[in-house]
Amino acid sequence: MRLARGDGAEGADAGDSPAAPVVQELTGWGRTAPTVAHVAAPSTVTDVSRFVAESGSRGVIVRGLGRSYGDAAQNAGGLVLRLGAFDEIGPVDPETGLVTCGAGVSLDRLLREVLPRGWFVPVTPGTRQVSLGGAVAADVHGKNHHRDGSLSAHVAALTLVDGRGVVRRLTPSDDLFWSVPGGMGLTGVVLEVTLRLIRVESSLMQVDTTRTGSLDETMAVLAESDRTSRYTVAWVDCLARGSARGRGVVTAGDHATSEQAGEHAGGQTRGSLSRALGRRPLPAPPWAPSGALNLVTVGLFNEAYHRRAPRATRRSLEGVGTFFHPLDVVDGWNRIYGSRGFVQHQFAVEDPECVRRVVGRLSDRRAPTFLCVLKRLGPAGRGPLSFPSPGWTLAVDLPVSDSLGDLLDELDADVLASGGRVYLAKDSRLRPESVALMYPRLDEWRSLRDELDPEHVFQSDLSRRLNL
Amino acid sequence: MINAVGAPQSMLVIGATSDIARATVTQLASAGRLQRVVLAGRSGAALDAEVERVRRLGVPLVTSHHFEARDRAGHEQVVADAFDAGEIDVVLICFGVLPDEDRVRAEPLAAAEVVDINFTAVVTTLLASAKHQRAQGHGVIVVLSSAAAVRGRASNAVYGSTKAGVDALASGLGDALQSTGVSVVVVRPGFVRTRMTAGLRPAPLAVTPQDVAEAIAANLTLGSRTIWVPTSMGWVMGALAVTPRALFRRLPI
Ligand SMILES: Cc1cc2nc3c(=O)[nH]c(=O)nc-3n(C[C@H](O)[C@H](O)[C@H](O)COP(=O)(O)OP(=O)(O)OC[C@H]3O[C@@H](n4cnc5c(N)ncnc54)[C@H](O)[C@@H]3O)c2cc1C
Ligand SMILES: NC(=O)c1ccc[n+]([C@@H]2O[C@H](COP(=O)([O-])OP(=O)(O)OC[C@H]3O[C@@H](n4cnc5c(N)ncnc54)[C@H](OP(=O)(O)O)[C@@H]3O)[C@@H](O)[C@H]2O)c1
Repeated sequence: MRLARGDGAEGADAGDSPAAPVVQELTGWGRTAPTVAHVAAPSTVTDVSRFVAESGSRGVIVRGLGRSYGDAAQNAGGLVLRLGAFDEIGPVDPETGLVTCGAGVSLDRLLREVLPRGWFVPVTPGTRQVSLGGAVAADVHGKNHHRDGSLSAHVAALTLVDGRGVVRRLTPSDDLFWSVPGGMGLTGVVLEVTLRLIRVESSLMQVDTTRTGSLDETMAVLAESDRTSRYTVAWVDCLARGSARGRGVVTAGDHATSEQAGEHAGGQTRGSLSRALGRRPLPAPPWAPSGALNLVTVGLFNEAYHRRAPRATRRSLEGVGTFFHPLDVVDGWNRIYGSRGFVQHQFAVEDPECVRRVVGRLSDRRAPTFLCVLKRLGPAGRGPLSFPSPGWTLAVDLPVSDSLGDLLDELDADVLASGGRVYLAKDSRLRPESVALMYPRLDEWRSLRDELDPEHVFQSDLSRRLNL
Repeated sequence: MINAVGAPQSMLVIGATSDIARATVTQLASAGRLQRVVLAGRSGAALDAEVERVRRLGVPLVTSHHFEARDRAGHEQVVADAFDAGEIDVVLICFGVLPDEDRVRAEPLAAAEVVDINFTAVVTTLLASAKHQRAQGHGVIVVLSSAAAVRGRASNAVYGSTKAGVDALASGLGDALQSTGVSVVVVRPGFVRTRMTAGLRPAPLAVTPQDVAEAIAANLTLGSRTIWVPTSMGWVMGALAVTPRALFRRLPI
């Protein structure tokens, strides 16, 4: 047996040669809790069906590009399928924007293909290095959730291999369809996704940047910009103390019209794709030397980042890469957290007081939160396990330390008591009993899952850890 | 599964009534994730009491299994039963005896029995556990070695020799298991105040079972490694290891 190590920093085609399963150690993006699985890269639908039908007692799960932070895309002692071979991008219907793609296609590739022709994905997470299958399975949301909802709202059809190895075509009018978004790969292998793209006139974004002095102001500016802008997000300084606690930088943007883009880019609009996807962002985490993320360096970074933002709201043009995927410029930035790895804690809650308490707790504990992002979420989608729910969502990256488990349990308790929930695509340490409380429709999802996968052949470290 | 911050959900304890084992279970239960604990030990009131105690720590599923170290034929089954009933994230191998050195030197067969308990039974349970954890693709095996494993001493030659065997097997196996998802943590405590050492004069750097438990919890997810409790014991033993024998044998240890 060949041995290999893959801890999440894989590229779009790593480990995808259609060979027999390879024994491989896997972690999520946070590089915590490694386990070993048999990793296979089927190249045909028949192969996928066979792998599913013949998976042993430890079951099978798909791994996309390993950008979920925890253990969703690993399966200790079992089978892990990689779908890099399912990489086809179909033609875009010029009327409807519908395009059918293989689940192994990354958002990066899809955008490079369609953006020059004036199309954009309806929803994008903070990195383009995700597979379409993974994006659907997590039902990802973007900076436009308050306007456009999560990804599943823009999926017209899915091809799924169910737990018996049977290929099904599902559309949003089928109840079973809704077991997939948020279902974290546990209801079947997505082979194909039919997605509704949106029209854009340029590859640039018109962006308003506002520096805020307190958490109250950050939240107020964010709520206000939601009314005017399609895409909004706030970076929050959780280390600032006193009245400055929760100060931040709010960015709000929209696709620039060809006219807006033309004024600034000298007519170089749709064609300037490589620039749009490749430009360098504001100083980003990868600049910190390896393993040096501590209170001092994070505090200095936060100070510099905050100061760099303009005091008064400033309007500018940015490439889509800079605006949507600022962390993508450096490969493997997740390694700066050192050998123990890190956890991203992301929750959604309606009550703004809960957000204030959490930021207060992080600041009081001097947790070195390098990345802390606040967003507003619109109405929930239809998937029983879909994460977004109306209100606020806060995401923080925290290096693993001896006290981290207790701190995060405290945050969970508050979120739970406030009627909120934690995002499973980021989770790596939730209490199993919390899931049913955070996702009240869990049983509904379970019965859909039982229909698609009566023997529970789809298993992952996440499903074992959370007793899903 | 062991989560990102090192909290396990399931555990097999072999030598469940040991003071060090009890402290370790308490420590690992404090993270609030333990769902299933299998307690293996010699049947009796002490084992039953331990089942009750672990339940009161909030672990929903606690079972016990009879385990007699001298009955080597039963060892694989005890381990297999634990794994058959579900995942085992952590195996803690924590039984042992500290014999009266004078007696076992006078009675070679009694010394052989100490070897059976302290060494042979660790070989069987450790290898069986490693086999099952390899199949499940992850896990940690914690093995109680001892500072006594590092250099044979006049005062505990027999005990030390069993621990030297344990230590060599566990560290070698830990290295062999690289990239399998399974790791072996070798624990070398100095003097621990437990039932085993009751009545003995505490040696310098003596620690409590709680100290050992905390060291185990802190090193659970860092891969195969050897840990000293207290950490300073490592430096002391490092110095003693290079002390010339003529001098070493005259040291009051
Ligand atoms: C820097 C960064 C920023 C991010 N920003 C956001 C954000 O803004 N919003 C957001 O929602 N998420 C965000 N994420 C999370 C990320 O979008 C999700 O975790 C996504 O699922 C990752 O896709 P992947 O292809 O890497 O999937 P993996 O991490 O490999 O897998 C994720 C899940 O999808 C399942 N899966 C993958 N492919 C398939 C398939 N073909 N069929 C069935 N199941 C499958 C896996 O089994 C697993 O449960 C971010 C992650 C990073 C690293
Ligand atoms: N205490 C120290 O100073 C020290 C130092 C270094 C290493 N250690 C090691 O740490 C481990 C735990 O020791 P401890 O200090 O916690 O001692 P302890 O409290 O005396 O525990 C010893 C355990 O071994 C069990 N045991 C003994 N003989 C057995 C047999 N034949 N079959 C099955 N189980 C048997 C005992 O079970 P019963 O309850 O049924 O007797 C008890 O659970 C041992 O491996 C020991 O060598 C201890």
